[in-house]
Amino acid sequence: MSERLAPTEYHPRWFRRRVSTYWWLERRSYLAFILRELSSVFVAWSVAYLLLLVRAVIQGHSRYDQFLAWSSRPFVLVINIVSLSFVALHAITWFNLAPQAMVIRVLGKRVPGPLIMASNYVAWAISSALVVWLVLRT
Amino acid sequence: MPRRSAEPLLWLVFSVGGVVAAMLIPSLLFLFGVAFPLGWLSPPSHEHLLALLRHPLTRLVFFMLCTLSLFHAAHRFRYTLYDGLQIKHLNEMIFVLCYGGALAGSLWAAYLLLHAG
Repeated sequence: MSERLAPTEYHPRWFRRRVSTYWWLERRSYLAFILRELSSVFVAWSVAYLLLLVRAVIQGHSRYDQFLAWSSRPFVLVINIVSLSFVALHAITWFNLAPQAMVIRVLGKRVPGPLIMASNYVAWAISSALVVWLVLRT
Repeated sequence: MPRRSAEPLLWLVFSVGGVVAAMLIPSLLFLFGVAFPLGWLSPPSHEHLLALLRHPLTRLVFFMLCTLSLFHAAHRFRYTLYDGLQIKHLNEMIFVLCYGGALAGSLWAAYLLLHAG
């Protein structure tokens, strides 16, 4: 025990109570925080998945068909449904925090938080509609 | 923490990437990851997607989406490991793995999109 209490580079003095590695399971708000932070894994997966799609499209017609078949396999589908919920969690928590992160002044007056949040959601709706229109138009 | 001077830039990329990822990834993943595979919507033809990918603006936006989102994710994942697992003694290795992965993904995106024409 005395060895553990010795100062190290990152802990010069052990004045603090040791925090459990599983501290994020102690409260619902802590768990929500760690789930939000874990969305990064699914953002990275989504980019990798989209790059695989782009590669298949570039490689030709049959590779694109193979990709479509692969994407409807149950395990890929499950990963993508879980990813979609985490990516949506990222988007919602991100836009909800926007008023705290952005201080915008117009004519010397601070733009109210709800307006910043609403404009983020409007921009999300427009960009999503644009994506769907670009992909689905014939 | 290695390269302390890089931190402000990394936080800036985290923010911009967070916005880009939030705006564009949900709709793209919904279409290609859920709606087409489940047959809710019929997938676009190969010709249409190839034509879309050949447009310079699509390529530019898609490249920015990949790069910024990957560096956003790398930064956030790095801090999740710090906070969640308390493995600060592995700082340097985590730094290299996170941003190295993001860099590798960005290079892959650049390679693919340069060969799309």
